[in-house]
Amino acid sequence: MAGELGHFSLILALIFALIGATVPHIGAARGDARLMALGDRSVFAQFLMAISAFSALTYAFITSDFSVVNVATNSHTLKPMLYKVSGVWGNHEGSLLFWVLILTLFGALVSWRGQKLPLQFRSRVLAVQSLLVVGFLMFILFTSNPFLRLDPAPLEGNGLNPLLQDPGLAFHPPMLYLGYVGLSIAFSFAVAALLEGEVTPLWARWVRPWALLAWVFLTGGIALGSWWAYYELGWGGWWFWDPVENASFMPWLAAAALLHSAIVVEKRDALKSWTILLAIVAFSLSLLGTFLVRSGVVNSVHAFATDPARGIFILAFLGIVVGGSMALYAWRAPKMAPSGLFGVVSRESALVVNNIFLSTFAAVVLVGTLYPLFVEAFGAGQITVGPPFFEYAAAVLMSPLIVALGVGPLLAWKRGKVSRAFQIVVPALVVALVAGTVLVWRTSGGYVMTAIGFGLAIWLLASVFLEIASRIKLWQAPGKAWARFAKITRAQWGMSLAHAGLGVILLGVTISEAFTTEDLRVMAPGDTATVAGYDFTFEGVAPVAGPNFTAVRGFFTVRGGGETLTTLTPEDRVYTNPVMNTTEAGIYPLIAGDLYAVIGEAAGAGRWSVRLYFKPMISALWLGALMMMIGGILSLSDRRLRIGLPTGKKKVQAITRGAA
Amino acid sequence: MQRFIPLIIVSALVLLFLGMMLSDRNPKEIDSVLIGRPVPAFSLESLAQDAPVLTEADLKTGKPVLVNFFASWCVPCRAEHENLMVLAGQYRIPVIGIAYKNEADKARGFLSELGNPFAKTGLDLDGRVGIDWGVSGVPETFLVDGEGVIRYRHWGPIVGDSLEKRLLPELERLQ
Repeated sequence: MAGELGHFSLILALIFALIGATVPHIGAARGDARLMALGDRSVFAQFLMAISAFSALTYAFITSDFSVVNVATNSHTLKPMLYKVSGVWGNHEGSLLFWVLILTLFGALVSWRGQKLPLQFRSRVLAVQSLLVVGFLMFILFTSNPFLRLDPAPLEGNGLNPLLQDPGLAFHPPMLYLGYVGLSIAFSFAVAALLEGEVTPLWARWVRPWALLAWVFLTGGIALGSWWAYYELGWGGWWFWDPVENASFMPWLAAAALLHSAIVVEKRDALKSWTILLAIVAFSLSLLGTFLVRSGVVNSVHAFATDPARGIFILAFLGIVVGGSMALYAWRAPKMAPSGLFGVVSRESALVVNNIFLSTFAAVVLVGTLYPLFVEAFGAGQITVGPPFFEYAAAVLMSPLIVALGVGPLLAWKRGKVSRAFQIVVPALVVALVAGTVLVWRTSGGYVMTAIGFGLAIWLLASVFLEIASRIKLWQAPGKAWARFAKITRAQWGMSLAHAGLGVILLGVTISEAFTTEDLRVMAPGDTATVAGYDFTFEGVAPVAGPNFTAVRGFFTVRGGGETLTTLTPEDRVYTNPVMNTTEAGIYPLIAGDLYAVIGEAAGAGRWSVRLYFKPMISALWLGALMMMIGGILSLSDRRLRIGLPTGKKKVQAITRGAA
Repeated sequence: MQRFIPLIIVSALVLLFLGMMLSDRNPKEIDSVLIGRPVPAFSLESLAQDAPVLTEADLKTGKPVLVNFFASWCVPCRAEHENLMVLAGQYRIPVIGIAYKNEADKARGFLSELGNPFAKTGLDLDGRVGIDWGVSGVPETFLVDGEGVIRYRHWGPIVGDSLEKRLLPELERLQ
C-alpha cells in the first residue's frame, strides 16, 4: 500500500512540477500576477508530494517490505536500523528520490523566505527550479522507479553493500546531495536573472547564502568521505583523486569561487557576467558528478550499478539543462555590464585572484578527470591520470592562492594600498619563512615541498590572526581591543575561521604526508614492533560476531613514554549478505598524530600480517574541514546574510559600515 | 565570441559522453597489450604431485588452449567454474589452470570440491607470472593459439552470456 501511495505521490508531484515550470513564465510574459503566484503554490505542493513519496519508501525499508524490488535488493532484516534508514538513499533509485526531496524543499524555502523578492523574479526562479524537479521526476518514473513491486515477495532481502554499512558513509551521500542540490538554487537564480536580463547587488545577496550553504554541505560531505576512506579502506590514504571524488571536489571549488565572486557583485556591482556563469557551472558540475556515477562512463569504486537507458536519459537531461543555460548565457551575457569599478589593488581584486585560481584548479581537475575519456575516444589507447598530476596542479595553483588569501582580507574595499596591507603581514611572512627554513635545515634535502607547504600553512594562520589583531587594533590601542573584539560580526568570524581551517588542513596534509611512519610485518602474539617511538604489542586475535557479519579482531596494546596508551582493535570483517570482505582500521588519535593498525591475512602458526602506522597531525584534516563548516555556518547565521532579505535597514547599514 | 565558449565546451562534452555511451565498452576492462604477442616465458610447479613443471612450451601444442588464472579465495572463480568444466568437457578445449597467489593445498581443495577442468596446472604463489601476463585480478582467461601467441583476453569471470557471446566466437575464429 505504501508503495502505491509513494508512486502516486511522485506522479502528482510531476504534474505539479509541470504546472510550476510553465505557468509562471506565461504569467511573467503577460504580466499576470495570479499566474505568477501559482509558482509558489506549486513548489509547496511538490514538496508535500516528495515528502509523501520519500516517507513511503522509508516506511518500506524500515518494515523490510520485500515486495518492493528496491527494498529486496538493498535491504535485509538483520541490518541495524540506522542502515535500514540509510539504505533508502544508499541506492540509485532512493538517492534520486532524495534529490527530488531536497530540490523541492529548497524550492519551498525560497518561496517561503523570499516573499520580499519581486514577484516576477521569484516566479521565474521557482519555475526554473520546478523544471529541474520535472527532469528528475521523469528520470525516476521512467527509468528508476523505487516503488516497483516484486511478486512473489522474497522472504529475505539481498542486503546493502557492506562498505556502505558505516556511520561515516551513512551520512556522506546525503551531505553531498544537500550540497549539490543547494547549488541548484544558485543555478535557478542565475537562469532567472538571465531571463529577466538583469543582475543586481540584491541578486548577489540572495545567491550568496545558498552558495555558502551548499559549500558547507559539500565540505562536510567530502570530509566525511575522506574520513571514511581513511579508517575503512585500511591503508591510511584519505584522498585518491578518483573520478567520482573529483566530481564532488569540482563543485566545491566552483561554489567556493562563487561565494567569493558574489561578494564583488554585492559590493561593487561588477563581475556580474562571471558570477552568473559560475553559478551555472557550479550546478552543472554537480550534475556532471551525478552523470559520471550513474552512467558507467568512468570506472570508480563509487559507481552505481549502471544501465544504458539511465545513462542516456541523464545525459539528455544534462545536455538540456547545461546546454540550454549556456545558450541563454551566450545570448544574454552582453546585458550584464558592470556599473562599479575597483582599483587593481583592492579587496575586489584579491577576490578576482581567488576566483582565477579556484576556477583554474576546477578546470584542471575536470581535464584530468576526463582526459582518459578523450584519449580513448580518439583511439589512442587507455590511460589513467593519477595522483601525481593532480598533486602537482594543486601545489602550483593553490600556493599562490594561499599567499593571496593571506593578504586579501587586509586590503581595503575598492582602493587599497599594498604597502599598508604588507605592513600588517610582514610579521606573518617572517614567521612563515623562519618556519619553512627551520624545517629545511632540520630535515636536509628532499623535503622542499614539505617546507613550502608548512611555510604556507603558517603564513595563512598567522595572517588570519594578524587580520583579527589589526581589526581590533590590538597593538595600537590595546585598551579598547576587547570592546572591538566583542563587536566582530559573525560573518567576519566565519571568514577568519574558514580561512584558518584551510591553513589547518594544509598543515595536516603537509605534515602527515611527509612524516608518516609505516611498518608492514608478520607478527606472532607477544611480538612488539616499534613505530615512531610507540611500542605496538600484538596480543593476538579473537573472532567476533556482528549482527550481519563475522570478523577477526586483532588486539594491539600501544605503549609510549613508559605508559600504556590504548588497545587498538582493527577488524577484518566478512559480511554475509552480500558476501564481502571489509577492513576496519584500529585508530587512536593522539594530539601529535594517529596510531593506526590494520590486521591482514593469517600467515600460519598463529602469526598475522599487520600494518602499523603513525600518522602525525592527520586529524588536522578533519579539524580544518570542521572549522571551514563552522565558519560557513557562522557566516550564514549572521543577520546580514541570513536567508531572506534584511529587515532592519538601519542595522544593515551599521554593520556594513563597521565592516568597511 | 567569448560568450559562446561555455556553450561550445558543453556541446563538445555532451557529444563525447554520448559517443562513449553508445560504444560497447566496459570501463573496468583494460585492453591487454599482450594480444598478438607470444606468451611470456615462465616455469611453474604443478599442483598435481609428481607432474612435470608447467612452462610456456606446454602452450605451443598446435591447438588453441585456454589459460585460466584462478584462486580458491576468489568468489567469481567459483561462479565461472561450471563454464570451465563445460569448455573442457563439451568443447574439448584444453584448459590450463594457474593458481594465482594461492597456497597449493587450498587450490587443490578447491579443485577436488568443484571438479578439475584443467588439463595441466601451475602454481603462481607470489603472483610473478601473473604480473608478466598483465593479470589485474582473478579470474582472467587467455586464449592462446597453437603457436603460443595470445589471441584474446577475457577479463573477469566467464558467466552469463559471455561464454557464448565472447569467448566461443573467438575460439571459432581460431579453429
